[in-house]
Amino acid sequence: MAIIEAQEITKVYSLGDIDVNALTGVSLAIEKGEFVGIMGPSGSGKSTFMNILGCLDKPTSGKYLLENIDISDLNRDKLAAIRNKKIGFVFQGFNLLPRMSALENVELPMLYDGISAKERKENALEALKKVGLEDRGYHHPNQLSGGQQQRVAIARALVNNAPIIFADEPTGNLDTKTSVEIMKILVDLNTQSNITVILVTHEDNIAAYSRRIIKFLDGSVISDEIR
Amino acid sequence: MINIPSTFRISFRALKVNKMRSALTMLGIIIGVAAVITMLAVGTGASRKISEQISSIGSNLLIILPGATTSGGVRMVVGAQPTLTISDADAIKKECNAVSDVAPVLNGVAQVVYGHQNWSTGITGTTPSMLIVRDWPLASGRSFADRDVRSATKVCLLGQTVVDGLFGDIDPIGQIIRIKKIPFIVIGVLAKKGQSPQGHDQDDNIYVPVTTAQKKLFGTPFPGMVRIIMVKAKSTEALAPAEKQMNDLLRQRHRIGQKQENDFNVRNLTQMMQVAEQSARVMTLLLGSIASISLLVGGIGIMNIMLVSVTERTREIGIRMSVGAKTWDIRLQFIIEAVTLSLIGGIAGIVLGVSGSKALGILAGWPTIVSPLAVFLSFGFSGLVGVFFGFYPAYKASLFNPIDALRHE
Repeated sequence: MAIIEAQEITKVYSLGDIDVNALTGVSLAIEKGEFVGIMGPSGSGKSTFMNILGCLDKPTSGKYLLENIDISDLNRDKLAAIRNKKIGFVFQGFNLLPRMSALENVELPMLYDGISAKERKENALEALKKVGLEDRGYHHPNQLSGGQQQRVAIARALVNNAPIIFADEPTGNLDTKTSVEIMKILVDLNTQSNITVILVTHEDNIAAYSRRIIKFLDGSVISDEIR
Repeated sequence: MINIPSTFRISFRALKVNKMRSALTMLGIIIGVAAVITMLAVGTGASRKISEQISSIGSNLLIILPGATTSGGVRMVVGAQPTLTISDADAIKKECNAVSDVAPVLNGVAQVVYGHQNWSTGITGTTPSMLIVRDWPLASGRSFADRDVRSATKVCLLGQTVVDGLFGDIDPIGQIIRIKKIPFIVIGVLAKKGQSPQGHDQDDNIYVPVTTAQKKLFGTPFPGMVRIIMVKAKSTEALAPAEKQMNDLLRQRHRIGQKQENDFNVRNLTQMMQVAEQSARVMTLLLGSIASISLLVGGIGIMNIMLVSVTERTREIGIRMSVGAKTWDIRLQFIIEAVTLSLIGGIAGIVLGVSGSKALGILAGWPTIVSPLAVFLSFGFSGLVGVFFGFYPAYKASLFNPIDALRHE
């Protein structure tokens, strides 16, 4: 049973009179527990595809099933609920809220899930422990290194027990050593907790951590190989 | 649904980041709330003072003045010709059934001496029913009786100001004072009454039997003449019938023909004061609504700053959306931020308004009354302003596209 199933997905952006075909009919399936790398030059449509898979955007046509739920015709709030429960995001720029402590940042998804303050704190501490930051909970993002910030973001992605993590260039702002640490955490989550990881990158050595690599060019998949 | 207390905490923190901006934004609300409270305090104080004066002149009071007469084609001013007498007063008391009490008044000013103190004050000759007509209790001693009026005895009642001026700490009851060099025994002291609607000190007065005033103090051009007659109607509803009955009776007694004008004048003081009270209330409303406009302007200031804040925090909104914030989660966050601004401003405004009203009372000498209702209303109103003007920015924020918001620099 595929956790993600995309059928003939297209995405067209209208820029005034010109229509830009960002995706021209992409079909693929991702099984639960896979570690997938998505590669391609900028403008290849990989980011657009990620946004659709991440329920941040809707396809122009085609069908997208996430755990067998048809996402294509859900409204804003239903999509928000799916992002909350099913999907964790790890971004290149970390995207932590600067005025909140690490702990509060990790609590954020639970805040929108109606979980009690006590439980939020417990779960957040546990998630921070998983990424090795249990002693940094009360630090603010600007008091943390880039690698630590990215680990807080991973903890935030984990905290609602989402089955899928989308990592969009997660090591783009990090040095080589820290990149290795971050990738190791993602690999561990994939192997130990059976979390599906979908990684967008343009670096070969980072893509090398994944077992399946899908390459995009000009809005369609040009290769899809399992290694 | 979002957690309200923690959202309040988050908004509070967001507001603390831009302290200067938040303070300036609040200033609009602070001034608005303070203005509403102060204006209402001034208005309420004014109408309270008027109603105090109404009750101080006595309830259901009518006053008969000698009227304007025409002599040889020349109209004289109201009260120029003495036309009223004690027997007019007695007749009113006897024949007008809408009237409960009548007090004739003959007054003047005289020098009063006690020991080596002297005092210049108003002397009012009247009958014992004066105290009933004016709703004026005694503070000590007794009032003079009808017997004193009949025999024109030299007794007097003192107002508080006279007591203070002449006697200081000595108990005046039983002492002898000299009015125009004639000795009078002080038999009673009246309770403090305060200012009249015209601003006279009503306590700066001495009451003597009307006959004593006529015969011994002031003299009269014709026997039994009095300056005015004060009448108390049986009830507020009886004011109009009493006026009519007295009118008819006095026209008959003064032998005024069908086409002739009255030589007397009946005035309804209560009615005049009620009109004044009414206009004070209207003024309060007017002041309050003008002040609320400044509260509204403060609200627009909040909306303006919230719109800026929403734009500045586009990325934050995107992050919140990406982790699952729904439309109303985002809306509530910004509405609560606006409400926090307006409520803190409201509290500061209440402090400023209450102390401002007190200061105005002391510095300008205006009677200001801060009513709890005004405080409560303006606080509630400032909260509403927050919700109302916070809604549009919050609505705008909730419609952001998550991807664009996340990419926003």
